[in-house]
Amino acid sequence: MRVVKLTILASLLAALTGGPALAQQAGEPLEVDIVGGISAPMPIAVPVMPTPAVVPVAERLNTEQMGAQVAEIVAGDLRASGLFTPQGPRGLPSVSFPQVTAPVFANWSGAQALVQGFVQSNGNGTLTVGCYLYDVAAQTELTRQGFVVQPASWRRAAHKCADAVYARLTGESGYFDSRVVYVAESGPKGKRTKRIAIMDQDGANHRFLTNGQSTALTPRFSPDQKWLVYMSYDGARPQVYLYDMAAGRQRLLVSQPNMTFAARFSPDSRHVVFSMAVNGNTDIYRVPVAGGTPQRLTNSPGIDTGGSYSPDGQRIVFESDRGGSQQLYVMSADGSDQRRISFGGGTYATPVWSPRGDQIAFTKIGGGGFRIGVMAPGGSGERILTEAWQDEGPSWAPNGRVINFFRTAQGSGKAQLWSVDLTGQNERRIATPLDGSDPSWSPLLN
Amino acid sequence: MNRGWKLAALAAAIAVAGCAKKKPADLPPPPIGANGEGADGSDIGAGAGQNGGVGQGGIPGSREDFLRSVPADRVLFETDSFSIDAQDRGILDAQAQWLARNPAVRVTIEGHADERGTREYNLALGDRRANAAKNYLATRGVSPARMTVISWGKERPDAMGSDEGAWAQNRRSVTVLPQ
Repeated sequence: MRVVKLTILASLLAALTGGPALAQQAGEPLEVDIVGGISAPMPIAVPVMPTPAVVPVAERLNTEQMGAQVAEIVAGDLRASGLFTPQGPRGLPSVSFPQVTAPVFANWSGAQALVQGFVQSNGNGTLTVGCYLYDVAAQTELTRQGFVVQPASWRRAAHKCADAVYARLTGESGYFDSRVVYVAESGPKGKRTKRIAIMDQDGANHRFLTNGQSTALTPRFSPDQKWLVYMSYDGARPQVYLYDMAAGRQRLLVSQPNMTFAARFSPDSRHVVFSMAVNGNTDIYRVPVAGGTPQRLTNSPGIDTGGSYSPDGQRIVFESDRGGSQQLYVMSADGSDQRRISFGGGTYATPVWSPRGDQIAFTKIGGGGFRIGVMAPGGSGERILTEAWQDEGPSWAPNGRVINFFRTAQGSGKAQLWSVDLTGQNERRIATPLDGSDPSWSPLLN
Repeated sequence: MNRGWKLAALAAAIAVAGCAKKKPADLPPPPIGANGEGADGSDIGAGAGQNGGVGQGGIPGSREDFLRSVPADRVLFETDSFSIDAQDRGILDAQAQWLARNPAVRVTIEGHADERGTREYNLALGDRRANAAKNYLATRGVSPARMTVISWGKERPDAMGSDEGAWAQNRRSVTVLPQ
């Protein structure tokens, strides 16, 4: 019965995304109500993770305290996905170190799945976080993984554990061990300070990358995470800069006198597609990150901007008002074969190709507001996911299941980061120290 | 607070709204202050004041002199448009005449959009508007070398409301002199 429910979840996700069902067991024929999206989040117990020896490690935490925090992070990740209702770690029975691999299943009958683990100092400066997932009713182990990390990266081990649980129970890859770069905003509407900030996807390890003296907008990760690309008013004019993540330095993407903006990396991180405005006419170009002459990809007299590569690097989706209003177009990566794909009425902007390749997210403008939507790359299957005054700027989670965007309030102009599931369910605000806009989700970290 | 140019801008806004073809139902902007515009006392636009006084506009060639001598430092645009209409031409003609009298002055032309477009598109739209003003000034004899264009998209609204009146004022190109 409970095993069947695990199967339900996997089948449900598969039905919603068109992916293959990775059921744990061959269940009975299932009837799934997808009208309401994910109908019943799965109860999953996440008790405190014990340690074989209490040893001080990082951030004034010892391994015992860290075991509690790792469980908190795992539970938090799973809860935020909307697919689980985690129990614990507080209030749950304690788990001894030997019990990690031999659960007392009778203690966990209130849950369908159980996550146990341990935190161990290895004596060589590293930590091991063990992560075990059990099917409570079947009393079987579903997966086990161990993560050896530097003490400063202990939170990443927790996210990796949550990713392992998510992947095993849904059949999809996880997305918790990832980061978000965005524009942190503060100050009055007419004179907002806008600076680039980066944080873990759950909001931890937040820090600012630019100092706010000049406005910076639209940060994006390179897929290899060595670079960010963003637009800044740092120099005499607004232009795209590359930010070297290791060195903490920025440099101009292209040295020329025009405004450049709307930059994104190619999937191999070797090119940047960007827009350049020349005497009022904006077109799309690409240039090697290593330097070189930009290659012009569009030459319509209108505004062509917002280029975003397909994950195979073969095509680019972009927006153009060449036909009289902003619409979405797809072209080959060399600029050939430009074709309009949006025909749903209203206007469309900020297209972003899903990392899975099967969807394009966009901002739809109409009816006095902006909404986040998705469609297939050919333009079919359009669905609107959000409903507010201004929802703008989607960015995909690494697994293509969740979308971050920013929501601007009418009047005050204050913007905040939000996320929504691909189904349109599980809309959540992402807490940030200041207001936030232009989120960009990293790939999974290595 | 520079009431002079604000009134001029308002007059231009009313004129634009009055002859709007796309949105005949649009109301003209509400009276100054009614929509919160400038209510926080921020330095809207150029920020240099006339203080209502005659002959206090600063030395010839100065920013104050410019603001006193032209009907407005800005032209306003219809939604998603960068067309320069008759009203705009009158304003820009006066600016061109002043610039002809002060050939050493260089200007920055700022293009802006209202908040009803997406961020990147509005950067492009602001660039279109600033270039429309620049190109018109160039036809009136102002050397392009004296004019620098910058787009702020929707990042620097002038009127703070989320209403037609505020949006009409924010769809603008502003000719800015150095301080």
